[in-house]
Amino acid sequence: MPILGIMASQISGHLNTNSYESIQTVTLTGTQASIEFTSIAATYSHLQIRLMARSNRSAVVNDSLHLQFNSDTASTYDDHYIIGDGSSASAAAETSVANISLYRITGAGAGANTFGVSVIDILDYKNTNKYTTVRALTGDDNNGDGRISLGSGLWRNTAAITSIKLFPNNGSSSFVQYSTAALYGIKG
Amino acid sequence: MAAGSTYTPIATYTVPSNTVSFSFTSIPATYTDLVLVIQVAETANGYFYIRYNNDATTIYSRTNISGNGTSAASGRSTSQPGISGSGNPAFPSATINTFNIMNYANTTTYKTALQRQNNAGGGLEADVWLWRSTAAISSIYVVSGLGGADIETGTNATLYGIAAA
Repeated sequence: MPILGIMASQISGHLNTNSYESIQTVTLTGTQASIEFTSIAATYSHLQIRLMARSNRSAVVNDSLHLQFNSDTASTYDDHYIIGDGSSASAAAETSVANISLYRITGAGAGANTFGVSVIDILDYKNTNKYTTVRALTGDDNNGDGRISLGSGLWRNTAAITSIKLFPNNGSSSFVQYSTAALYGIKG
Repeated sequence: MAAGSTYTPIATYTVPSNTVSFSFTSIPATYTDLVLVIQVAETANGYFYIRYNNDATTIYSRTNISGNGTSAASGRSTSQPGISGSGNPAFPSATINTFNIMNYANTTTYKTALQRQNNAGGGLEADVWLWRSTAAISSIYVVSGLGGADIETGTNATLYGIAAA
């Protein structure tokens, strides 16, 4: 059974699309510091977040996107990413940080009506025998500026994930109106 | 609260004979995102465009990252007449492209899509595309970039809709 979304190129003639369920969607009607999904049931194998977002961070075209699980603000997260900025490709990592960084959404310096998008897979999220790994494809384009990134993150905690918090710029800016995050569950 | 199955095949099309274009039309606005999986081969080893609502004006742009087996690179294209993908090589090889077209039905924001191109013989690529229009997407056209009937027989595409709770 392939994981849908960013792995859709694995789809074969045996795809069972009945295994992909919408859990919750949040669409902002105003500025909000974060989007949080809570009380996530342990009835799926994997989770997927599909995000369209923009921040109010002034003077920047591209802003960062961050992820936290179960309200854990301890330095138990690591992440890696490769990113293209339209000129060159680069890679970086963070260890023992307080959230997973994913790149990019748009900031207030981007063109009007322009939002960044992400597809984020949280694999085996209810398994209490191992740490949880995340992968993401994220990007934004502004007809002359933009970023595209493939990222992965690790939460060094064996707890089942029951809540997910998304926020821009390490908490120093907010999502703006029309930002939308949808959480899906994928059955195994 | 889960709302049942939400990943729905809308339509599948296989090219019966070499063609310059094909399309998915009358896409309902009942989903949140669209996913287009397309396997393309072109007799001219060319490229193709994805165009929303058959819009060929130069209001598409992208940023990409790619790898060719030797090195990684990033590039940018501005003011393009469509979302481009490689149709090279011809069958029996083919290029697999997956597009995540986000919030396609809203009339407030420009439309951003994530593309993954996989060409086992040539490399791989991830792209983010912007269409600078607030119109809802109701059709998707696949058009030869070279303008001839070079989209090869057997090229196939499936369009999925993802609905939200």
